[in-house]
Amino acid sequence: MDSVIKVEELTKRFGNFTAVDHISFSVQRGEIFGFLGANGAGKTTAMRMLCGLSRPTSGRGMVAGYDIETQYEDIKNNIGYMSQRFSLYEDLKVWENIRLFGGIYGVDEKEIKHRTDELLAELHFEKERNAYVKSLPLGWKQKLAFSVAIFHRPSIVFLDEPTGGVDPATRRQFWEMIYAAAEQGITIFVTTHYMDEAEYCNRVSIMVDGRIDALDTPRRLKSEFGATTMDEVFRALARHAGRKE
Amino acid sequence: MDVFAAFVRKEFLHIFRDKRTMLILLVMPVVMIVIFGFALSNEINNINLAVVSSQRNETVRQLVERFDANHYFTIVGEYATAEPVEHLLRAGKADMAIVFGTDFDRQPSVQLIVDASNPNIASNEVFYTSSVIRKAMAETRPATQEEAVVTTHLRMLYNPQMRSSYNFVPGIMGLIFILISALMTSISIVREKEQGTMEVLLASPVRPIYIILSKMVPYLVISCFNLLTILLLAYLLLDVPVTGGIAGLCILSLVYIILSLALGLFISTVVNTQAVAMLGSVMTLMLPVMLLSGMIFPIESMPKVLQYISDVIPAKWYIMAARKMMIEGQTLAQVYVEASILTGMTVVLMALSLKNFKNRLG
Repeated sequence: MDSVIKVEELTKRFGNFTAVDHISFSVQRGEIFGFLGANGAGKTTAMRMLCGLSRPTSGRGMVAGYDIETQYEDIKNNIGYMSQRFSLYEDLKVWENIRLFGGIYGVDEKEIKHRTDELLAELHFEKERNAYVKSLPLGWKQKLAFSVAIFHRPSIVFLDEPTGGVDPATRRQFWEMIYAAAEQGITIFVTTHYMDEAEYCNRVSIMVDGRIDALDTPRRLKSEFGATTMDEVFRALARHAGRKE
Repeated sequence: MDVFAAFVRKEFLHIFRDKRTMLILLVMPVVMIVIFGFALSNEINNINLAVVSSQRNETVRQLVERFDANHYFTIVGEYATAEPVEHLLRAGKADMAIVFGTDFDRQPSVQLIVDASNPNIASNEVFYTSSVIRKAMAETRPATQEEAVVTTHLRMLYNPQMRSSYNFVPGIMGLIFILISALMTSISIVREKEQGTMEVLLASPVRPIYIILSKMVPYLVISCFNLLTILLLAYLLLDVPVTGGIAGLCILSLVYIILSLALGLFISTVVNTQAVAMLGSVMTLMLPVMLLSGMIFPIESMPKVLQYISDVIPAKWYIMAARKMMIEGQTLAQVYVEASILTGMTVVLMALSLKNFKNRLG
């Protein structure tokens, strides 16, 4: 199996504080990888290093075949990123946002037009093409933001709590989109707070105090901890956390 | 380059679609010119004059006629005693009273009673009135008063009418460019940080320098547009001469605009929210520019400590140079000291903020 993310002993320190403490894991192509942890456990810091937004203090990592230490510019070309906060421009129209981000990732003009039509049709957004993004409901915005994040067909997409504040029905639709993207071979690296969403992932890692304390399929994790839901697994691990939220 | 063009376009869209931004960018300069140019002036427009003379003789009559004919004066009344005058001054019906001595022909002396609630205007009024009296006396009694010890003849150079708009226009330019370039740039960068879009941009392959430059281009263009508007308004409406050459003034202004942009970028690298950017800009830019740059209060009359502080305020050098160029008719080559200080500040600030911006990514 080929792994698109491979991390060994990755560490990030801010002064005396070790935000990410020697973590090692790998993610396979097309996998939906859940990256869980309480607030302050270090998941955002770890993810920022994988995206080339932050340099590791020590350790090695390869993302999409490139070294995170030296080839972060290449990494940026091959990943999609959707941040915790809503990340499209509210005062730009739907098509303007798509065009801007398509252009940033070097998709050519004709292809942008073609894919925009396709994307709007899939989302049933044809009527909203000329609407300002700020006029859309939050759930729609998130779906649009996800579509924009995978617009340039990256090999991996990083989603930082993509469904925060979204209603359950839209969350469900959102996960259907994630599954569809994974079927196309896009690897999904997702952080979430919702434990029911963790169950949708192929594999889940749980970070506690900067370390990965558990990493396996949801089913095996549950049986290992003798739990019926991921929530119980998470609580069992979080109980030992030294860091306060 | 395509990406850069797309980013510049996006920045223009942000600006054009935000009514408040548009208002600040396009209307504020005009309003400021009008307010400072017309309303906020120390110059004499119309002096309401009350005349007090216990006896009317030829000399007094001639002098009063002279005031009456001068369109800077309006005679509001003539009185035999000074008593009603105080009431007039208090009520604001008169700005000044001229009290002639009892034996004016033999011993010509007048007393001027002035409403000095605005000291700058009052001293200008006294100055002007005295000069009118002096001139009249010199004409009516030629060379009789040999004993007049020293006669001072004043010539006000560069700004003979003492128009305050001459002084204010360069000041307003110094203020407006700082506001538009530094404040708006910093807010627009910080807004992206606050909304989370900056993170998405940084995670994308777009080069950070493009993000920064594309933020600056629209404000540079708008500042240049404002420069033209201000110069036109100043020239047509306020009759400010631009004697030192328009090209030189534009080059000087361009350096100052770029300096302000660099300042805005610098602010955006140290703050994280729009509110702080706004407050920071107002506290560190607007107030010092208004108070310490010589825009309103002359630097020469400040305490030494404040004078030293004013040296690090870019607006001071810009306003100084712009005044020399607009009013005294100096050329860009003659204000090389100010111009090189501004250029130096620009280079340092630009380098500092780019370095700061890079560090933030690490």
